[in-house]
Amino acid sequence: MKPFLKLISAVGLALTVGPAFLVFAGVMTWHRYATWMLVGTLLWFFSAPFWMKHHEEGPM
Amino acid sequence: MASKRTLTERLDAINEYDRQPVPDSRLQGPSSFAGFYAGEHVAGTEFVIGPLFVAQGVSAADLFLGLLVGDLLAVLSWTFICAPIAVRTRLNLYWKLRRIVGPRLLFLYNIVNALMFCFLAGSMISVAATAVGIPFHMAMPGLNDLYPNSLGWVVTVLVVGSVVTVLAILGFEEIAHFSKVASPWLFLVFVASGVAVLPQLGVTSIHDFWRVANARIWTGVPMQGRVHFTFWHVTFFAWFANMAMHIGMADMTILRFAKKWQYGLFSSFGMYLGHYVAWIASGILVALALLHHGQVAPGPIAYLGAGASGLIAVVLASWTTANPTIYRAGLAMQTITPDWRRWKVTAVVGAITTLAALFPALMMRLLDFVALYGLLLMPMGAVIFADYWILPRLGLRQDYAEWRKILFAWPAALAWFATLAACLLINRVWGLQIFFLGLPGWFIATGIYIGASWIQQRSAGPTLVEERA
Repeated sequence: MKPFLKLISAVGLALTVGPAFLVFAGVMTWHRYATWMLVGTLLWFFSAPFWMKHHEEGPM
Repeated sequence: MASKRTLTERLDAINEYDRQPVPDSRLQGPSSFAGFYAGEHVAGTEFVIGPLFVAQGVSAADLFLGLLVGDLLAVLSWTFICAPIAVRTRLNLYWKLRRIVGPRLLFLYNIVNALMFCFLAGSMISVAATAVGIPFHMAMPGLNDLYPNSLGWVVTVLVVGSVVTVLAILGFEEIAHFSKVASPWLFLVFVASGVAVLPQLGVTSIHDFWRVANARIWTGVPMQGRVHFTFWHVTFFAWFANMAMHIGMADMTILRFAKKWQYGLFSSFGMYLGHYVAWIASGILVALALLHHGQVAPGPIAYLGAGASGLIAVVLASWTTANPTIYRAGLAMQTITPDWRRWKVTAVVGAITTLAALFPALMMRLLDFVALYGLLLMPMGAVIFADYWILPRLGLRQDYAEWRKILFAWPAALAWFATLAACLLINRVWGLQIFFLGLPGWFIATGIYIGASWIQQRSAGPTLVEERA
């Protein structure tokens, strides 16, 4: 299950940042970029909390 | 009975868990420090600091070079000043300072620290309010607003402050974890929003960037009423933005878990991701807002750069950073009210923080506040440095207050207050701005502490050298 969740998280991060470069390159509109970024955001927050280490010793 | 406990016992009880040096079994590897610093320094306030550089009229070359040098100096301060003492003593700031300054002076330091934490958290709540208010068409504070500018602003800040406080009461640990989860995503939102708006500023290829950066973003012309920032302003601001943490030694609490003092270098993850990339990105966003004569508050510029995700980023970044700040302020405040439950202390701290957040001055004058915050706490870091490295070389004893069971160490108090008075004097007489005062202040504090310790120890009895002989 964890590898699958990590894959979703990776896709989420890619969708968060990738479309911005497509806007810069002129191949995507700003509105479409904002939509994809929101999808990436949702993917990240609905997957990452379930596999990221919860408690570490020490202050961090 | 708890109410009859002495002040020293109250302070010690709160920090009891950390009384002993960190054992080897709890030391942590490099990735923990890289992650911690990256998360800590990519926060909601980054949405304010980048725009303020633009408002202060810094030029593009001064910004890029100044941040490069200033961030490097900050990393070196963590590595060569804070980390070596943290790793050798394995103590947090509280216990190290207690040995040097005595519990009563430490109490005073704690109170100042707590108030600064409240104001810092207040600025983060202000930042979050600018994002929450957008759907409700709230009138945004402008760059020069110092007081609440509308009823909508007051209501939004009160709601955001209350929610943040209640969540801090309900679960500090859960929010701390959520903060870690949000960290990598948040950094990418900064990067993405900066890149995505470049075409609207006229940058259609990498070759255009420098020309547009000078002409439209960091133009070198300050806004009305703002001091013009040069390379030196940027360098010193970047260096001293976290002065309380590195040369002020607050991060002993973190770096005492490092296997080697060289782990201080991992602060570069926070400096160059947060205080370089994120500051540049948010500067680009505000330039676009100014070009469109739009609002320059953090919420609106984040929306301009990343739409709904930008608003989420502002709220999460502010909330997750305000949460530990409120927690730390609560720890310090609890020394005044030892019999109060944790929730009650957090509620009071949250109320102070929320009231502070009502004033946009805290957010719009964040550069000045951050500089003041560091300056106020820095002298105690200089005291720790001098006590650890210099006093033994002069034949004087380290941790003298603990050895003599002194409750209020006057050399440290003199170093603290006289340094602040000297900095004020330098500012008023020679006009040196607050951003630069940390450097002469550190040497003044070190010098005063060494001189005063010499007088104290020589007049009080046998010195370390005489004892050894």
